Amino acid sequence: MLLVVSFAVYVIFAFLPFDPAALTCGKNCNDPGIIEANRHRLGYDLPFFTQYFLFLKGLFFGRTFGEGAALINCPAPSLGYSFQQHACVTNLIGEALPVTLSLAIGALFMWIVLGVGLGILAARFRGGLADRLSTVFVLVGTSLPTFLTGLLLLVFVVIKWKLIPFPEGNYVPFLENPFQWIQILFLPWLTLAFAYAALYTRFVRSSVIETSNEDYIRTARAKGLTESVILGKHTLRAALAPIVTMAGLDFAGLLGGAILTESVFNLPGLGRLAIKAVTDIDLPIIVATTLLAAFIVITMNLIVDILYAFIDPRVRVA
Amino acid sequence: MTLLSVKNLSVEFPTTDGLVQAVNDVSFDINAGETLAIVGESGSGKTVTNLAIMGLIPKKTAHVSGKVLFESAAGQVDLLSIDKEELRNYRGQDIAMIFQDPMSSLHPFFTIGDQIIEAHQIHNKVDTKVSRNRAIELLELVGIQGAASRINSFPHQFSGGMRQRAMIAMALVNNPSLLIADEPTTALDVTVQAQIIKLLQDLQKEFKMSMILITHDMGVVAGAANRVNVMYAGRIIESAGVNELYSNPRMPYTQGLLASVPRMDRPHTARLETIPGQPPSLIALPQGCSFSPRCSQKSNVSGNRCETEMPELTERAAEHSARCFIGENL
Repeated sequence: MLLVVSFAVYVIFAFLPFDPAALTCGKNCNDPGIIEANRHRLGYDLPFFTQYFLFLKGLFFGRTFGEGAALINCPAPSLGYSFQQHACVTNLIGEALPVTLSLAIGALFMWIVLGVGLGILAARFRGGLADRLSTVFVLVGTSLPTFLTGLLLLVFVVIKWKLIPFPEGNYVPFLENPFQWIQILFLPWLTLAFAYAALYTRFVRSSVIETSNEDYIRTARAKGLTESVILGKHTLRAALAPIVTMAGLDFAGLLGGAILTESVFNLPGLGRLAIKAVTDIDLPIIVATTLLAAFIVITMNLIVDILYAFIDPRVRVA
Repeated sequence: MTLLSVKNLSVEFPTTDGLVQAVNDVSFDINAGETLAIVGESGSGKTVTNLAIMGLIPKKTAHVSGKVLFESAAGQVDLLSIDKEELRNYRGQDIAMIFQDPMSSLHPFFTIGDQIIEAHQIHNKVDTKVSRNRAIELLELVGIQGAASRINSFPHQFSGGMRQRAMIAMALVNNPSLLIADEPTTALDVTVQAQIIKLLQDLQKEFKMSMILITHDMGVVAGAANRVNVMYAGRIIESAGVNELYSNPRMPYTQGLLASVPRMDRPHTARLETIPGQPPSLIALPQGCSFSPRCSQKSNVSGNRCETEMPELTERAAEHSARCFIGENL
């Protein structure tokens, strides 16, 4: 599967009307000698399939570009070399992935708590105040684009009302300074979580209501169980199972790069790396980020399937 | 001794199209150790009657009125007027219920054992191990082979008949004095149906419990019940001992129901009798007797009384009452 994706991506980029070698030498470069030299150093003079093979080989064994004094070594797993950033793509991704991962994990946590909680409340008190407020929340959350939510949060919560301090400084890894990590990421989390939580509220609400009408919930009631046990054990177990699938795939999607949020909050994550690569036509990075996104989606699918088997006994293969 | 006495039970569902009169002034008694069958077509109110007895009709969506007097160890209680918490103590403990479709009535995510153990644990402050042994004991009793290992199976690993057996085991785990079986065989194969009914009869004797058997299968009724209530459009229209009802049905609807059952003593080429027409809408019941638009004998009643007046449920013979103008004054 990954092989197919990698090949497809490679084909697309190999036949784009750009000359990667020409791009390596800057905007006002028209010295054919340098272009040809770069072309040779990066292996763009080789036939297409050889290039693809070298790319795959690099993934497992690392790869070297150029020779002699200008030798560049990108150890495995090598995803290529970005001439524009003068760095191995793997290193660039290695720097950007933790940022996106931090962003996605925090946001996932927030929107699950918020979305599932509100959804259950709305379903439990259907037609009541909680339900009506949640409807408003869903409407606002689903209609506001993240770049707008992000800016609104920045302007009002931080600058006008000063509810939380301004996220000063740049992203720092969690292990270096957890407090600053939270401080920097809190707003981006909120921004992302806002949109997703709205979707999840709506989904959880209808799922809980639907499950409440199942015959086995009536059975549970006929047994003499309390309403809280019925909701907490019998209804939620069945109603939240699909949430696992949804959350897994949404999480994977975010890991591929939350482009807008990262741009608004100036976070050096995968999304920003990809966007920068696209505007600069930095082909090796585009290929690598696309592949990584595909890899993450496929892996998360697998994880979700395995998780689902734990939750729903009917899915387990005898 | 009267175990359960239902008095003037009515259930109405307000809808946007109007008020649905699902159950209309239903009264009946059931004695200890007795099997009462409630028969009638779909929508005749038999299931709603029993859900109301269990308090399983959400108050938000329906108006329930009347009395459901239940004779418990602590004396007589009206199940409709006690609060929710108190009612919970009766559910699953004194009154248990089994449903039509055992596949959808069992939780797909929990093992059969977990579900039976849970039912036992709610009403008994005992160790889980005790409940587990009780569950195995009951699964054996309802005829599940290798109960000690099958207790860990999930509902989808059971056949339809086994699932209904498991439901019965779950219902009986607390020795209820009343079992309500709501069409327990409808979703099962014909061969399994007979086994389940036989099982219910045996268990009823063993547990010395009363049973309300809701069904539309007149054959099942004949074999299993002591008394029969026939319901039509939310009302009881005939009530009698099972032999009396089969040999001497008074109400044209009951006669029609009995005539529609295939019988061994009739030529197999004979067509089955049918009752013309369809049950009335519960929102717009016909004037007079609800059955009058379909009744073939209304010409025997003078004038058009059937279309203008609802007959009362009156006694026709010992333990036999019917709701019909025909034979009323005999």
